[in-house]
Amino acid sequence: MIVEGKQKIWADYQKDIPDDHYFYVRSCIRQSFWPASEVTFLDIVRNKLGKDFYENAYHTTCGGIAYHSDSIPQETAMTIIARQFALMHESGYENYVCSCITSFGLYTETLETWHEFPELEAKIRQYLWDSCKKEFAKPKYLAHASDMIYKFRFDIAKQMKFPLVNVKTGKPLKVVEHIGCHYSKMFPSKGFGGAEYPHVLVGMVEAWGGEVIDYPERRQCCGFGFRQYFVQANRGYSESNTHKKFESMEPYEPDLIITNCPGCPYFLDRWQYVIAEQTGKTYGKNGYGIPALTYEEVAGLVMGYDPWDLGLQVHQVAIEPLLEKMGIHYDPKKKYQGVNGKDLGMPQCPMHIKSV
Amino acid sequence: MEYRFKGHLVEELYKDYRIKEGMKACMNCGVCTAVCPAAEFYKYNPKNIVNIVARKKEEEIEELLKGDQIWYCGECMSCVTRCPRANAPGLVIMSLRKLAMRSGLYMLSEKGRQQYIVVKDLCSNILNYGYCVYPRTFEYETHKEYGPVGKWINEHLDDIHARLGSNLDGDGPGGLRKIPKESLDQLKKIFDVTGATELMEQVLGDAHEEAVKENMTDEEYFMSVYTTNNAEKHLNE
Repeated sequence: MIVEGKQKIWADYQKDIPDDHYFYVRSCIRQSFWPASEVTFLDIVRNKLGKDFYENAYHTTCGGIAYHSDSIPQETAMTIIARQFALMHESGYENYVCSCITSFGLYTETLETWHEFPELEAKIRQYLWDSCKKEFAKPKYLAHASDMIYKFRFDIAKQMKFPLVNVKTGKPLKVVEHIGCHYSKMFPSKGFGGAEYPHVLVGMVEAWGGEVIDYPERRQCCGFGFRQYFVQANRGYSESNTHKKFESMEPYEPDLIITNCPGCPYFLDRWQYVIAEQTGKTYGKNGYGIPALTYEEVAGLVMGYDPWDLGLQVHQVAIEPLLEKMGIHYDPKKKYQGVNGKDLGMPQCPMHIKSV
Repeated sequence: MEYRFKGHLVEELYKDYRIKEGMKACMNCGVCTAVCPAAEFYKYNPKNIVNIVARKKEEEIEELLKGDQIWYCGECMSCVTRCPRANAPGLVIMSLRKLAMRSGLYMLSEKGRQQYIVVKDLCSNILNYGYCVYPRTFEYETHKEYGPVGKWINEHLDDIHARLGSNLDGDGPGGLRKIPKESLDQLKKIFDVTGATELMEQVLGDAHEEAVKENMTDEEYFMSVYTTNNAEKHLNE
């Protein structure tokens, strides 16, 4: 990687991002599959960094997944978004931050489309009034939650307990950064570092001691594809995309994958399991997979959160080899326990990919 | 055959803001096809589709809307980044899909008929729970790739979400909280005034009619569409 060239590109795509006071909206997929990630995010920004991130209980889905599955019209998605903006305005906030990448892309597309076609914005204002008797103000600033962790990456580094370093070799861990497609592929200027060399996750990895891997299919989609996953008949598309990425990254022997989209870690995690069960092939060492983590989970690990509080037990790919490389102590008996140590049994072991 | 907007497909298509945003002058470089994940696996070529839309010929648009091709795209929007003329083939596809559904022509293709699945599942999640994806309706039995850990999560859903800090179906803020009735009512009204309810009812009605024709219950038809995959017809060699 020619670092000087990329630094020049990154310099063209830097955002001046407000320091504090955000209206926070959740992600359908992150809440469902990685619930502890949003808990960790809010704990870091509110309690570790002392920032104001407000959540309004009346906010809902943005409709983005339905919109990109072509299940609802564009005007419907835009009016749901307008309602979210109205809630922000009613709550006294001007900066808007969302947990989901599909949402971030859709919010960006909506604001850009309204800018280009003001008559459509006027139509949506009328729809919102007719349906909810609400009026909205557009956010002064729109961010993805990973932008916030990127912005505060050096503050997090100051509180770091376990850097992204192999404690046995002393070398940086090798990290694949995977950016959700809708973060900046549609509107490169809206993402840190643009679409070609996004810096949002690179910046975190480097600030926390890791080394980013550059590999051929770095910008390849994880394969979600919306209808290409929700309809069982189409799932070969989704799995094939993930397979292509893993074949491409395998020679670089990554220790972990960090993602900023909530869907990508699900597919990069679960399709590794399926590929292993179908073919016997695993992409980590000694029969393990490569952990695919959210950026909140990685931030939590380096800051010393308990791995099971971070929800790393809900990944199919075992996390233990990574914890051992980082020198993080964990209690294996607590991995599958509920509140107050409640016994929840444990998942069955797959045939070909090690799970503990 | 008869269908809605017959003779006016081009006119309807070009009313869509995504066509206005996404269709400029294509220079036929084919970069969109080169970078497209769908084009690698499916018999799919976004450059050709953009050319057909640019030609504005009614019969060519009708053929597109009747076929499987427009349903292969994964809407990753990788094409948007790469196009040197600032076209957005992914947005063009979304416009075509919407018109295929409104015209009824989507029912003539295997991949088009799948809209029944996503409309039924995602719209009911939004209207009933306020989420596009909701864990109580995401079942291991229809998502086996969720794996043994997913099965374990399904079996201990409340305990695991409680352990990980969710407020599953609870009051107030927090992850997976119960969305207040007032908010759900507003989502329903938004669906009503913006055309989502009409589209949803049309798709569910089309599916029901097809199920009756094929002597199936709605549930049997759902599973048939959910699982039917004539792969040799769709995939590249």
